[in-house]
Parts: sequence; structure tokens; C-alpha cells
Amino acid sequence: MKKLSVKSVVAIGIGAALFFVLGKISIPTPVPNTYISLQYAVQAVFAMLFGPIAGLLIGLVGHTLIDATNYGPWWSWIIASGMAGLIIGIITMKLDMSEGLDGKKLIRFNVAQVIAHLVSWGFIAPCLDILIYAEPLEKLFMQGLVAGISNMLTTGVVGTLLLIAYSKTLVKKGSLNKE
Amino acid sequence: MAKVAIMSYIRRKSLVHELTGTTKLVFFLLWSVAAMVTYDTRVLLCMLAGSFVIFKISKVRFREVRFVLGLAAVFLLMNNLFVYLFSPEYGVGLYRSRTVLLTVAGPYTVTLEQLFYHFNMTMKVVCVVPVALLFIACTDPSEFAASLASIGVSYRIGYSVSLALRYIPDVQRDFTNISQAQQARGIELSGKDKFWTRIKNSAAILLPLVLSSLNRIETVSNAMELRGFGKKNKRTWYVQRKFQKKDWIAMGLAVAIIALDLLITFRDGSRYYNPFL
Repeated sequence: MKKLSVKSVVAIGIGAALFFVLGKISIPTPVPNTYISLQYAVQAVFAMLFGPIAGLLIGLVGHTLIDATNYGPWWSWIIASGMAGLIIGIITMKLDMSEGLDGKKLIRFNVAQVIAHLVSWGFIAPCLDILIYAEPLEKLFMQGLVAGISNMLTTGVVGTLLLIAYSKTLVKKGSLNKE
Repeated sequence: MAKVAIMSYIRRKSLVHELTGTTKLVFFLLWSVAAMVTYDTRVLLCMLAGSFVIFKISKVRFREVRFVLGLAAVFLLMNNLFVYLFSPEYGVGLYRSRTVLLTVAGPYTVTLEQLFYHFNMTMKVVCVVPVALLFIACTDPSEFAASLASIGVSYRIGYSVSLALRYIPDVQRDFTNISQAQQARGIELSGKDKFWTRIKNSAAILLPLVLSSLNRIETVSNAMELRGFGKKNKRTWYVQRKFQKKDWIAMGLAVAIIALDLLITFRDGSRYYNPFL
């Protein structure tokens, strides 16, 4: 495996800290133990900027810290959180933000996050829950579906806004003109 | 927005505190795996008793962790409620027996099997809670990276985790500052506003927070690069402690627990302990 760069190490650390802090202020939904979670928007942006490994570890570390300070780790969802970051990172790997942001990149980002949350919450989390906790199928898929859709919406809205704002702070290549 | 109460390290002198971080990490991981694997009531009850004993030894006081237990209780209650709402007869299928205690309405009956299933499901979470709390309360955060590295995780990842722990208070302070500044400008976050407005408003807080975090990543990673971080394949840790006899004993105990757990759970070929057949 390629060694993590220093920048990724720091991005994982600070990304996980952000994930944790945002996870603590989540807005509840009508379904139990499921929240509108802003942290996934941030995780998606970081996964796009710093790559799949960063996305994976931000999810794993951040979610473990949230759970460990709440009620003990719920490993199936922790793994699903990590996988969401990994998938977004893999799909958006080829996008170079230093060239600026255009509609195509934003669409790619949103496709990536929809796939990632669909796979993570609609498949990985419920399947692991069945293996580990043996809860009823209907409840798990319902819970996964609500979590997945709400994460998709928050990431779609807030993540896209974040990316646009970030791209405005970047200095574009060739932005200097000779006078 | 009020500062959220967060479980953190409690410095104290006790046997649990004196164990190395590595021991505690391994013990905690094995313990939670043991609880995940089993659905055997006898094992779960033993683990629950064990976790209380460890809690006693740690000298952490009950009131110091009470607020977290409240959260856990709400979480479990909701979980149980929804499992029941979705499949009120799930336990019947699981234990292949049906003892109706009373009928509520329609498909909602209360069966002994369902109650037993709920009991087991709750136990699985409850017996991990004290150990997880103690792991957080008794492990010095600065020792945590060292313990991760010593169980074979790459030191870069270990370092990320300790960076995360280091920057949580900073990010939290930034968050509070930004959200108060935005609230002063009339951006509402509390329940008074509509749901969608709240999401949009939260973006107004998130933007400065994420952008300042990205700047911070730049600064910190430059500083680390200047100091030659990541040049070598190995790294030593200032806070790492030597293994003592009690560490080996605790590790041995953890391995014994998981071995016994697997043995008792799967001896009869089923994951569930079934008193109904």
C-alpha cells in the first residue's frame, strides 16, 4: 500500500475531529437513532479533496469517537460510515480541484455520494446489523433507508455548497495576466 | 448553542488506569467482539456482571458517567420500541416456540419469546457500555496513538487519531464562535425555524468552519513536514509504557473471555440460548 502523505495524515485527523463535533450536534429525524448528519457532507468533501483512504478513515475514526462517547460502538454503522467515504473517494479520485470546479465535477461528486450512501446505508449497514445484532430485516432496511436518504440530501445540499465555496478560495492556474 | 457535554479522560489512581493503553485497547476490542458474536443469555449475563466488576475496580464514580448512561438508555429504548413495532413476533420465529402472554391489538401480541429476544438484544449493548466508557475515561489520550501503533496499526494512522483527539476541542471552540457570530447576525439554528431553513442555515456555519479547517490542515501538515514526519518506517512514542505483569494478565483474561464466549455460544450449534425448547 502506498504510504499516506503527511497532508492526508493531518486531513484525517482534523477531518475526524470535524466529523465528531458535527456528529454531536445532529438534528434528529422521526426515525429512532437516525439523524440528519452534517458530518457526512464534510466527510464527502474531504474524501474528494484528500482521496479514498482519507474518506475511509475520517468515517471510521470520527464515528467510533462519536459512538464511544455516547453508548459504546455500534460497529456495523461505523464500518458503513467508513465505506461511504471510501466509495466517494474512489469515484471522485480522478477529479483535480486545482483546475477549478465546473458543473461536470459537481455532478460527478453528487453521483458518487448518492452511490456511496445507497451502498453504505442500504446494504452494508443492514447486512452487518443482521450478522451482528440479528434484528428484524424490515426495521433495519427501513432505518438504513431513512439514514441513507437523509445523508444523501444533506451531502447533496450542504456538500455541494461547501465545494463551491471552497473552489472560490482557490487561485486558478493562469489567473495572472501580463499587462 | 450550549456546549455539549462529552465523555473524556478522568485522571485517577486505579488498577484500570495503570494498565497500558495497548492492554485497554485490546481488552475493549475483544470484549466488544465477544458481545457482538454471542446471543447466549448466560454469556451475556456473565459479561454484564464482569463489566460491573471492572467498573468498580476503575474507581470511576457513577455520577461522572451518568449523563452518558442517560443517552444510552434513550437509544436502547427507541431501538427496542421500533424492533417491536416492525416485528412483534420476531422472537417467536427465532426461538421456534410461542407463549402468548397477552394480546394488545391486531398482530401486536406480547409473547415470552419476544420479551426474551428484547432482553438479549439489550444485554448485547448494555454489557459493552461500561467497558467502552471506561476505555475513554481511563486512557490518557496522548497514550492512545502509541497503543494503536503497538497493535500493528501504521503509526501514520495512529498519529491521525491522536491529531483528531488533539483538535476536537479546537474545532469545537471554532464551531461555537462561528455559530454565535452567525446567530448574532440573525441566523437561527434552534427548533424555532423550519427544518429546511435550519439545514440551509447550518451551511452558513459549516462554510467558515470547513474553510478554516482546510487552512489549519495546510499549516499543521507544513509544520510536520518541516520536522521530518513520515521519513522513517518506525517511530517511538514519548508516552509509551512498558508491559507489566498485570498487562499480560489482563490480555490473557480478554483472550480467555472470548474463547469461552465462542465455546459456550456455539457448542450446541446455535448462536441463541433457547430455554423454550
